[in-house]
Amino acid sequence: MLRRARVGFALATAILLTAAGACRKKEPPPPPAPEINQDSVVAAERARADSVTRADAARRDSLARAQAAASAESSAREAARVAEVRSTLTAPVYFDYDSDGLSDETRAALDAKIPILNANQSVRLRIAGHADDRGSDEHNLALGQRRAAAAKRYLTQRGVAESRIEIISYGEERPAMEGTDESAWSQNRRDEFEITAGGDRLTPPS
Amino acid sequence: MLLTATLAPAQDTTRKGVRIGLTYQPGTKPVVVVLPVTGAGGDSVAAILSRDLDFSDRVEVVTPTSAVAFDAARGKAGRAPNYGLWKTLGGAAVVEGSVTAGGVLIVVHDVGQSRIAETRNFPLGAAPMSGEWRMALHGISDEIVRWISGTRGSAQSRILYVRDKQIHVIDSDGAADRVLTQGSTSLSPAWHPRGRYIAFSKFGDRGTEIHITDVATGSTRRLATAAGLNITPEWSPDGQSIVYAHGAESGTDLVMVSAFDAGPVRKITVGRGTDNTSPSFSPDGRRLAFTSGRSGHPEIYVMDADGANADLLTPFQFGEASYRSGPSWSPDGRRVAFQSRIDGRFQIVTINLRDRGMQQLTSEGSNEDPSWAPDGRHMIITSNRSGSKQLWVLDVETGRTRQLTRMGGARLAAWSSTLPTVVP
Repeated sequence: MLRRARVGFALATAILLTAAGACRKKEPPPPPAPEINQDSVVAAERARADSVTRADAARRDSLARAQAAASAESSAREAARVAEVRSTLTAPVYFDYDSDGLSDETRAALDAKIPILNANQSVRLRIAGHADDRGSDEHNLALGQRRAAAAKRYLTQRGVAESRIEIISYGEERPAMEGTDESAWSQNRRDEFEITAGGDRLTPPS
Repeated sequence: MLLTATLAPAQDTTRKGVRIGLTYQPGTKPVVVVLPVTGAGGDSVAAILSRDLDFSDRVEVVTPTSAVAFDAARGKAGRAPNYGLWKTLGGAAVVEGSVTAGGVLIVVHDVGQSRIAETRNFPLGAAPMSGEWRMALHGISDEIVRWISGTRGSAQSRILYVRDKQIHVIDSDGAADRVLTQGSTSLSPAWHPRGRYIAFSKFGDRGTEIHITDVATGSTRRLATAAGLNITPEWSPDGQSIVYAHGAESGTDLVMVSAFDAGPVRKITVGRGTDNTSPSFSPDGRRLAFTSGRSGHPEIYVMDADGANADLLTPFQFGEASYRSGPSWSPDGRRVAFQSRIDGRFQIVTINLRDRGMQQLTSEGSNEDPSWAPDGRHMIITSNRSGSKQLWVLDVETGRTRQLTRMGGARLAAWSSTLPTVVP
């Protein structure tokens, strides 16, 4: 998407510049006439001046447009980076059946959140632990609590302030995906991360 | 109005109450004839009594409906029933009822002895067909069952359960289903021992809370709990305390608090970071069964009510990652029912406390969350055998089941004790 937009912008700029150049080439001084009609001289001067003005205007116009496009592109790029930061911070992590153990994949996903939390000290998180529907409805609430606590412990042991993270468990009551096979269950054994404060001005980590 | 508690001790399994002459033998079902009930609304009375007697699973109910059968049963008006005929047909008892002003007169005949065994005029204070009227009739049925079998029936009771994330209550015969809560998800309802209150857990913004509702007034208050997970409340048999599971950041443990007064929260399990949930008191209030994951997977444990002497109840099975949870201590104190994963599905199993013998009670579909009826013979379970999760009543003696709910998604049921009846 981004790359295609940039190509389009370059093409548009090139067309505009070519048009401006073409205008300038049409400005040779009129050849001297044996009988000088003062009116025609004045008209010619005026026409020349007009065409110069037009060319200048076109040049200014294209420059302004290029600048606007460049700034729009930069803010879009910025917005995309912030969105990526937000998505990394709130990406769910997944667990094995009846376990709160952190797999390598889960640790990597948690590791990716740490620099973001460090760069955004006002951000607070709520970690919600969930379970698939195979265990007991009641015991799964305790399992979800342990899963949320495990992720919080991992983050706080790596320097994130305890007070910035609260945890909650929904057990098997809020599945991410309905279904009675492993493809649904594996999606439901998870921690979700919700930004509860400081999420409106996320700074990407430097 | 006078509130009279017609409570039978839930664990009464003695035969002392047998006043009828017939010999009741567990495992056999004497045939009981329920005659048409005379008087206004008699048909409804007879229908409810017959169904309750049938649901007791202790008798075989026969209901002659034709006038001929009625005459045959009673003989000519005003005369004694035709005992000889019922004896020939294998009847053991005949139940005769008539609606009187403000009540129902019940006469139970002992066919074998050719005599009247019991006569009582039961008051029915409430308006006919009202919930209280029905509950009073269920009480009559339970008393008839006690006359015949020695053990009171369980009809005069209600069942709490969860559907659509809310707590519902339903009569033991499947009538009068209604919702008791609203708002965020409510789970794990539990009866006060005399049915005056219910406790349940409810999702809040910062965790799960324990709520207590007064059944008569509907007023609800929140138990003062620490932030975090607060689930699976259970009333002590004296109705004064609540034990529930509290979880924060290092596992979930059982704690005990006063249900009505401000007081200390006493931690009674030491789970060391593991999950301990779903407590169930022994009938004498001295011990607790509960689910614990302390051995690496959920198993049933028992301990003293103060947390001492915790012991694994269900035997460890080598080579199998078992999953056992949701204990319910039987009203006679002898058994604990729970759910156990067998071949990938949950089934209802009981374990005998004396010899630790286990008995699997279900095999069709997946079956969860048992809760004993006050008669100690039936239990309410959640089963998906009909395609969706529904409540089923299971007769532990015979394995007979009946479906209690028809609307999908019913679960986490709790059977009350015998409920008090309001009489004038």
